[in-house]
Amino acid sequence: MEVAIEGAVDAFRLDVAFQTSHGITALFGPSGAGKSMTLRYLAGLARPTSGFIRLGDRVLFQDAPHGPPIHVHPRRRRVGMVFQDYALFPHLNVGKNVAFGLHRQSSEERRTRVGELLELVGLEGYERRPPRTLSGGERQRVALARALAPEPELLLLDEPFAALDFRVRRGLRDALSEIQTRTGIPMILVTHSLADVRRLSSSLVVLDDGRVVASGATASLLASPPTPEVAALVSADDL
Amino acid sequence: MTGLDLQPLLFSFRVALQATLLAAVVGLPVAWVLARKQVPGRDAWTVLILLPMVLPPTVLGYYLLLIIGRQGPVGIWAESLGLGRIVFTPTAAVIAAFVASVPFLIRSAQGGFEQVDSVYEEAARTLGRSEWSIALTVTLPLAWRGILAGLALTFARAVGEFGATVMVAGNIPGQTLTGSVAIYDAVQAGRMGDANVLAFLLTLTTAGALYALTRMGRVRS
Repeated sequence: MEVAIEGAVDAFRLDVAFQTSHGITALFGPSGAGKSMTLRYLAGLARPTSGFIRLGDRVLFQDAPHGPPIHVHPRRRRVGMVFQDYALFPHLNVGKNVAFGLHRQSSEERRTRVGELLELVGLEGYERRPPRTLSGGERQRVALARALAPEPELLLLDEPFAALDFRVRRGLRDALSEIQTRTGIPMILVTHSLADVRRLSSSLVVLDDGRVVASGATASLLASPPTPEVAALVSADDL
Repeated sequence: MTGLDLQPLLFSFRVALQATLLAAVVGLPVAWVLARKQVPGRDAWTVLILLPMVLPPTVLGYYLLLIIGRQGPVGIWAESLGLGRIVFTPTAAVIAAFVASVPFLIRSAQGGFEQVDSVYEEAARTLGRSEWSIALTVTLPLAWRGILAGLALTFARAVGEFGATVMVAGNIPGQTLTGSVAIYDAVQAGRMGDANVLAFLLTLTTAGALYALTRMGRVRS
């Protein structure tokens, strides 16, 4: 994915450009850096003021001078999203939540696919459970299964571990890494945890105050930060 | 009080049911638009939509008469289509009950829609659903409480409609005489026993309907 966008919400201005590749890309930075806002632009839930977003050979968004204005509706982007508080539909059970993006398939296909996805995230047999009976970690897994169901070309994860305690966090981190390897779907992970960055991401984009202050391979960026500013951000334990 | 005619009561419930259905079909989309979309002149629209709640019912009936009466634009249009006149028919009673009661549904449903966190709609968008499908499968079920309360209020208001109904539908026994109007007629004619029974039955049935809807709201939540 190739991104170069500008956007604004009230007084906050975002101006970011970066590229992602296969595997997991971490968008890392302090609160208010514009990480979640960037994800909303990528998902199509908000519209940048200018720039472009390209995924493979598809243009998801562009504005002058990059060509005629294009803003693909989120439902046609094939970009999945795991929301910060998971946003599981409270009126639907786990099975129906996971099947929500499979509305074009037959009920037989849906049932099979929901079973496969729940197995993938380690929640076999949870189909009939209402979301309110699930733990935080289980909700996160259901949200992941739901987002993966329509086979997105890219998956966005907004602070997926923020609400969880550290033991659950560790287990889910491993699970996410394994799922990424098994499905091969590229992921962009918003986080302010350096541990997430280290354990999960192959490439890293460091954001601060609406700008990209560094980007590249995670290992080399962490080993030799290009500027003192980046060094300060990536040496703090958790932001 | 021999031979008390219960037909006006049954007619009232039929009218109120039809008015409530019509209010749901027309009012729910309006409430959804007001809750979720940027509407130019939104305050003016809100005043116009809620006006029937505060207008004296006879004033409302008078305006309706101007619109659906034989000289009114809708009246002329209906007759040109061969539908005959509207005023002093059961249809007029339904229209009066609908106009008087639909603001209750819109207000209540709008509140219900506004309470639905828009993150659920955003999640549905990223899962490939159309706006129409999201409104039906996400927003509507999550706004259920507000909608149910609105339907109950709408139905109760429609059953109780008097002023506008008398103006546009009249009180033709067996045709347009509603329960509320029949009570007025009974009192005017000094048939206090009839008025008593009708008033009691209207109280009982509307309270019962309200109770059932309240119970449903609790079960669904």
